[in-house]
Amino acid sequence: MTGISALTRLSADELLLASRVIDTNLRQTDLSVPGIRCGGCIQKIEQTIGRLPGVERARVNLSTRRVAISWRESEGPPPLGEALSRLGYEAWLHGAREDAKDPQLGRMIRALAVAGFASMNIMGLSVSVWSGAAGETRDLFHWLSAAIAFPTLAYAGRIFFQSAWQALRRGQTNMDVPIAIGVLLAFAMSLYDTIHHQPHAYFDAAVSLLFFLLVGRTLDYLMREKARTAVKGLGRFAAYGATVIAPDGTRSYVSTDEITPGMTILVPAGDRIPVDATVLGGRSDIDASIATGESAPEAVVPGSALRAGTLNLTGPLTIAASAAAKDSFLAEMIRLMEVAEGGRSHYRRLADRAAHLYAPVVHSAAFLSFLGWVLATGDWHRAITIAVAVLIITCPCALGLAVPMVQVVAARALYERGVMVKDGSAMERLVEIDTIVFDKTGTLTSGRPALLRDGAIDDAHLAIAATIATNSRHPYARALAETDSHADIAFDSVIERAGQGLEARIGTDVWRLGRSEWALESGPRSKGNGTVLACNGRLAQTFTFEDELRTGASDAAADLRERGYTLEIMSGDTQAAVAAVGAALGIDRMWAGLLPDGKTAHLAELSKAGRKVLMVGDGLNDAPALVAAHVSIAPGSAADVGRQAADFVFLRSDLGAIPDIIGIAVAADRLIRQNFAFAALYNVVALPVAIAGLVTPLVAALAMSGSSILVVANALRLSRSRAGHRSTPGSKERSLRPLRESAA
Amino acid sequence: MSVLWYLIPISLGLGGVGLALFFWALRSGQYEDVAGAAERILTDEDRPL
Repeated sequence: MTGISALTRLSADELLLASRVIDTNLRQTDLSVPGIRCGGCIQKIEQTIGRLPGVERARVNLSTRRVAISWRESEGPPPLGEALSRLGYEAWLHGAREDAKDPQLGRMIRALAVAGFASMNIMGLSVSVWSGAAGETRDLFHWLSAAIAFPTLAYAGRIFFQSAWQALRRGQTNMDVPIAIGVLLAFAMSLYDTIHHQPHAYFDAAVSLLFFLLVGRTLDYLMREKARTAVKGLGRFAAYGATVIAPDGTRSYVSTDEITPGMTILVPAGDRIPVDATVLGGRSDIDASIATGESAPEAVVPGSALRAGTLNLTGPLTIAASAAAKDSFLAEMIRLMEVAEGGRSHYRRLADRAAHLYAPVVHSAAFLSFLGWVLATGDWHRAITIAVAVLIITCPCALGLAVPMVQVVAARALYERGVMVKDGSAMERLVEIDTIVFDKTGTLTSGRPALLRDGAIDDAHLAIAATIATNSRHPYARALAETDSHADIAFDSVIERAGQGLEARIGTDVWRLGRSEWALESGPRSKGNGTVLACNGRLAQTFTFEDELRTGASDAAADLRERGYTLEIMSGDTQAAVAAVGAALGIDRMWAGLLPDGKTAHLAELSKAGRKVLMVGDGLNDAPALVAAHVSIAPGSAADVGRQAADFVFLRSDLGAIPDIIGIAVAADRLIRQNFAFAALYNVVALPVAIAGLVTPLVAALAMSGSSILVVANALRLSRSRAGHRSTPGSKERSLRPLRESAA
Repeated sequence: MSVLWYLIPISLGLGGVGLALFFWALRSGQYEDVAGAAERILTDEDRPL
């Protein structure tokens, strides 16, 4: 994770708790390692971990960026976190329970395979019939086609029949109803014709229809699955458990769900607070940015209240739990999110709306042509044949493929730019927005303080401060250490006094880097964040820190303003901090000091005023707002709750991802509308042909395949139209940069 | 015509075998890590023959 991140510590206790037993004396741990990129990584990781004591084997999955390690229980959990970070990879625990195998996907792929096999084989037989097979040979081929089609319909068609039945039971029709009716009727009628030695049989049309539609559905489903897996793999944010100190002094590691109010918990520096609590002993600094949006770390002393999920930065704390995990801040956020989800206006996907129109039109067309022919000629058989031809040829293939194909190609284009999209409707909703609301800390800003260089800083003093600062995890210390200046001084000792600063001794000199009240014996209190470097109590240098803007923030803001969107900032931070960021980006609509329910209230106001809002946020406190907005985007550095709540997640640190996403969504929307227009045009042409009774199985098969291919080809135009527009030079290097930043 | 009596079953049989193999591959987890399988063929293993 970029931003203020703790060293990922996979403590032995956590590893044991999150693992599961797979055999006698054998446990398995699953880790998510987003830094795995290539074959070299596979080898490195498997070999290194395989050599750790107690490890039975390690297996890397490059597609999901996970590592599965099986280790012997009797030898205790192996030091996985350390081994991986030595190689340069950040690892998160991936609970086995979070990875439930999805049976639906397996079913769809099997149905697709069977439909593919059947349609190709029947088509092969049909080609010989079209080429002039006659008499007994033709009958034989028809019987064979029937024999292949029957089990195929039963197995692959089940998905459509079930869905159609569900809809009919509720008295409605969806797109699957005409498909189901068409396919069943086609089969029944062809069977009847085959028995009576008729020349035309529509087995190939029925099965090809199933095949094309299944392709569309499976692609749609796969797209959603891929994004979900990737987003989950980015790391969990709530701790699995905590060290509890019993009244008699013994320590035990319990899972977070088992913590009850009143328990005494030990939280070492670098860990997150597991539940809402008050401090009993110890002093430290707390990073609450992910929970409240405040960018400056807060010092805590015994008696301070702590929120679950905030990060303990500098010193160990003993805390008393004041609420169970389920009543904590985190749980409250989840409840707010659920409320927001229920109130969200039910967005009807474009395809569903089209299907709503399609089904009745097709049904009536088929029925009317049936009636018409019966009345005109009195030939029942011919009338039914024509009605079935109408049902089949008003090919929902184009409709079924039009949207998923474009969305899959768009999702792929986004994925290459480091953006995950959760589901296709997100792209459709993105096209409708007119207002963009940003969170401040962690979204518009990098969430990490940087040293403000204003020329008044003496390089020698900076070098000394930077050298001292390498000994602390406090964000200000890390900002100093990152300035890359280094003094050639070897300090005798450097001690971190939590909540105050660092004290370094060399000889008889005492250097203090930290709060001015503590470092200076006397003299003026310095302004700003109050961080000073003092030698023997005398002021040497004052340091101010600012929360720097994310890369590309001002360009992105200008770009979005140019496209005509109204931009706003909502934040939990102070008025001054928000105003500074707003001024830098040219955004004048700002709201500061908002609590999470304040954010959702503001969004509700906006939507009542008829505006469609895109919310961009990263923290725990944004999660309800992310769900309540019309569509939402979160950066990859966001809290896992925020990532789950958002529709899009962008992994690169550049805010330019947002205009990119909007650009691709707009291009995709244009192509989808083109596809729909084409499908409509095709039906306008095909319908009269079918009603006139000119459709033979050959014509039907050609029409279906042709229209599907054209729709797919049109969808592929997306990748070419976007390629020239905002090409990211050296995109491979860019994607590697966050890894180096966070590994540093 | 007589040749069709055994040609068609053979072709359908071959197709069916292909389908069965696909189902087996799906079930035995061959598709779990497609990207990884592609890379693994390039790794050098120092194993005595």
